[in-house]
Amino acid sequence: MSSVNNRQLDYLEQLEAESIHIFREIAAQFERPALLFSGGKDSITLVHLARKAFAPGKIPFPLVHIDTGHNFPEALEFRDALAKEVNAELVVRLVGDTIKQRNLTEPKGKFASRNWLQTYTLLDTIEEFQFDACIGGARRDEEKARAKERIFSVRDEFGQWNPKLQRPELWSTFNGRIHKGENVRVFPISNWTELDIWNYIKKEKIALPSIYFAHDRKVIDHEGQWVALSEFVQLEPNDKIETKRVRYRTVGDMTCTAAVESKAATLEEVIEEITATRISERGETRIDDKVTEAAMEDRKKNGYF
Amino acid sequence: MDLLRFITAGSVDDGKSTLIGRLLYDSKNILIDQLEALEKQTKNKAAGEIDLALLTDGLRAEREQGITIDVAYRYFSTPKRKFIIADAPGHVQYTRNMITGASNSNLIIILIDARQGVVEQTRRHSIIASLLKIPHVVVAINKMDLVEYDQQRYNDIVIDYATVAKQLGLEEVTYVPISALNGGNIVDRSTHMNWYEGPSLLEFLEEVPLQNDINLSTARFQVQLVIRPQTADLHDYRGYAGKVISGVYKKGDQVTILPQQLPATISKLEIAGKEVEEVFAPQSAVIHLNEDIDISRGDSIVLSHQQPNVSNELEVLLCWLDEKPLQPGNKYLLQHNSRLVRAMVRNLAYKLDVNSLEEQAIEGGVKLNEVVKATIKTASPLVFDAYDQLPLNGTAILIDETSNSTVAAVLFKQSLS
Repeated sequence: MSSVNNRQLDYLEQLEAESIHIFREIAAQFERPALLFSGGKDSITLVHLARKAFAPGKIPFPLVHIDTGHNFPEALEFRDALAKEVNAELVVRLVGDTIKQRNLTEPKGKFASRNWLQTYTLLDTIEEFQFDACIGGARRDEEKARAKERIFSVRDEFGQWNPKLQRPELWSTFNGRIHKGENVRVFPISNWTELDIWNYIKKEKIALPSIYFAHDRKVIDHEGQWVALSEFVQLEPNDKIETKRVRYRTVGDMTCTAAVESKAATLEEVIEEITATRISERGETRIDDKVTEAAMEDRKKNGYF
Repeated sequence: MDLLRFITAGSVDDGKSTLIGRLLYDSKNILIDQLEALEKQTKNKAAGEIDLALLTDGLRAEREQGITIDVAYRYFSTPKRKFIIADAPGHVQYTRNMITGASNSNLIIILIDARQGVVEQTRRHSIIASLLKIPHVVVAINKMDLVEYDQQRYNDIVIDYATVAKQLGLEEVTYVPISALNGGNIVDRSTHMNWYEGPSLLEFLEEVPLQNDINLSTARFQVQLVIRPQTADLHDYRGYAGKVISGVYKKGDQVTILPQQLPATISKLEIAGKEVEEVFAPQSAVIHLNEDIDISRGDSIVLSHQQPNVSNELEVLLCWLDEKPLQPGNKYLLQHNSRLVRAMVRNLAYKLDVNSLEEQAIEGGVKLNEVVKATIKTASPLVFDAYDQLPLNGTAILIDETSNSTVAAVLFKQSLS
């Protein structure tokens, strides 16, 4: 906190004030918002900001997790504990159930990822609960489709993002009016960078799942990236299982998130490494983004976050 | 470490994309994998150089649909500051793009091609900077390499621009001669322009004082929502949550609730659930009052000795942002921060030519990108300040109720009642 005489906010305080403002707009403008919770550091930060926005009251919307079934057990444990701690309603919907109910085809291959199938479950869940606003932890620094998306991003009834129909977003005035069937995806930490998130986690002493810190793990090498050995990864004959000291820089599915070799066991050490790193978060840890240059843009248009 | 939000104004031809790419690259904010992707895309690899302009390249949807999304945001930081760039493309929808991008900026970089000097576009950017009262203006005179780094050429452009700045009342203008392509005076000082004694562009961005950009003398606060947990232990808790638009509020302050005109006293102030002695802009805060008054979203809490305008008829500047033209007599929704009221646009006085500031007659409606002076009448009163006096309490948007689109940016001029 700035001293009383020096009425100036530092950059993290400014970002925090902006995010709290956005959270309060969501609560005021929508009837049934939901916070999409993935178990990763960005959504954990969202929960922290939401608590601050509505303190001393509780967070006035549920945490919703679209669970691919391929999550790290440590992240799921953390999710349950956090929801309990903040006294928030937790809604979990399983992609596996959607695959059965809708008779979808399970993705095949070595790192068969259910990542993009999440969209089906998400849209079903939005429909089930009639959510009119879904709050997500996307940041504009992540990649270029996100750099151009609004903080309040209107989606049609298919969940699609239409870059052409984006509303001008001026000052800190947010227009959340929608027609029936539409919903709004809201990104309260749009203006935060990866490093901002880490510095804020440190400043606020926010707890994270253990996999963000260095630990020993059995991994296999996939084109220079370390992928955790798990029941969801199909081994090939020449795969070599190695034990490495690793940490995760992002937490997604076990099938599409790569680990980083690291000895950083504390938050300070992690931040030091990330500050020094010369590779982007997505580039280093996401296997699925490398498929096409416009991978994110395509998924966004199809209703993905 | 503080935060500077700025907008870059200029077209592709002025080297805007190269400038942004250069700022990110030379400040080491571009990472290896992003660089590799860039190398792959660079078509002309003659000198082993990469095309920095590609960093701000558009989305496939933009190319396919022939559109340009109005603003893209870029982020970088140095040990001194975090920066947010609003990168507004400079094509047809220019006014709309610039106003959107500039609405959250404290500083504007106006790019001038050293070969061209001050052109119509330079004037347009400057007029918008002056309309929106952007506190800091940097004129970056680019492509100095193409005029042999000529000091005389630079001086001539500075003199020309100073005339424009004076006409528009732009007070704080800084000039930097640069070569975005070669990185001259972007991050490091150029060795080709020893005659220039000022800071590099980045040095200036890092040092420009920002503390006066936030108004801490006139207190404005609008209620976003009322926090009432209504649990057993917080049974009587009733807090008014909102962002401090400007000024400082202290415990014990005598305040007035507007538009109801009800007096009250601040009993408690909180930030994120923690009690504090004072709150100030731009904090998100919670205000408690001694009195039991009916207050809801959109109501203002101001210091009793600093009253704003309260009126349902006002003179405004409207910048039209929608493809569908303004229909005079139609009802719109006006959103002033968190206050939403029905509004009607009447008495279109004149259209402002954004290239010349000339006031022109309005013929055949108000179309996309046009700026007009008009009167707005609202169904219930607005609590506002003139944009010129207190920008953050002097703006609103108009929403078309049938499409839900944001159709206009509104700058309040004065009360008419």
